[in-house]
Amino acid sequence: MSFNIDERYSKMNQGEVLLAYKGSITAELITNVLGVVESKLDHVIDKSITKKKIYNILVESLQNLYHHVDDLPYMVNESMDIHFGIFVISKMDESYVIRTGNFIRNDKIKKLTERLDKIKSLTRDELKELYKFVLNNQKFSDKGGGGLGLIDIARRTGGGVDYEFDNYDNDYSFFSFTITIDN
Amino acid sequence: MESIALEGTPKTPTVNMDGATGIVEIKGRSIPENSIEFYRPLVEWLEEYSKEPQQLTTVNIQLEYFNTSSSKCILDVFKKLEAIKKARNEVIINWYYEEDDEDMLEAGEDYESIIRIPFKMIEVVD
Repeated sequence: MSFNIDERYSKMNQGEVLLAYKGSITAELITNVLGVVESKLDHVIDKSITKKKIYNILVESLQNLYHHVDDLPYMVNESMDIHFGIFVISKMDESYVIRTGNFIRNDKIKKLTERLDKIKSLTRDELKELYKFVLNNQKFSDKGGGGLGLIDIARRTGGGVDYEFDNYDNDYSFFSFTITIDN
Repeated sequence: MESIALEGTPKTPTVNMDGATGIVEIKGRSIPENSIEFYRPLVEWLEEYSKEPQQLTTVNIQLEYFNTSSSKCILDVFKKLEAIKKARNEVIINWYYEEDDEDMLEAGEDYESIIRIPFKMIEVVD
């Protein structure tokens, strides 16, 4: 098999790691992580605005992860935790980097790629207009905000997002998402 | 009508809605995974209040954080307030943001440009 989850995980553990997690993504976990990271940020960052920005993006990216993890069928991998995902928060040079990873059904890749490439190509003002359009026009489900999370992250980071897909098998790939927050 | 008084939690804001004074307050953080559930009673309260609102409704929004799941619900709150204003009642919206928090100021401006009520932007300095 070409894709190895542990290799991917160690690749994501770059820089000065503040927190790294690999396993089930649950609502309780996210609540706990947010609490831990918030107090940790209080210790390492003085500027309240930077802290706020990181925290905001972290909330958005972890909740995105929580809502969009696809479970591998038990038949394919019986050792994997249910609702499996990865996230790593680290400091690299003067930037903070949030990395998330999750399995995704291959039939969703095209749409997500188009959405991400579009968001990456937009200017600050265009992102603002898109955000307002989606906010005011798209119907939200209990699950999410019609892609508003990704737009919000791109807005707050000035387009500092990147992604990668690793093919896992015929039905699934692993989606790695990287957010860079300049300090 | 019954007023609403909710204490804030790490994921949900402090909410006070008082029909007798016409004061509506949402403060703190709003980052629940499912915001629709949290905001539904607030939107319903405003729907009820809009039938017989005070001459002046004062709205204070002072959020430290809110997630995109909340942003749509907050817009629903503003749309109810817009309807109250359209029915020829006075509505004042005070949008508080922390000093230098450009993102939060911009979020207020986004809402202001969608609904037709001018916001009072108030910078809170420690």
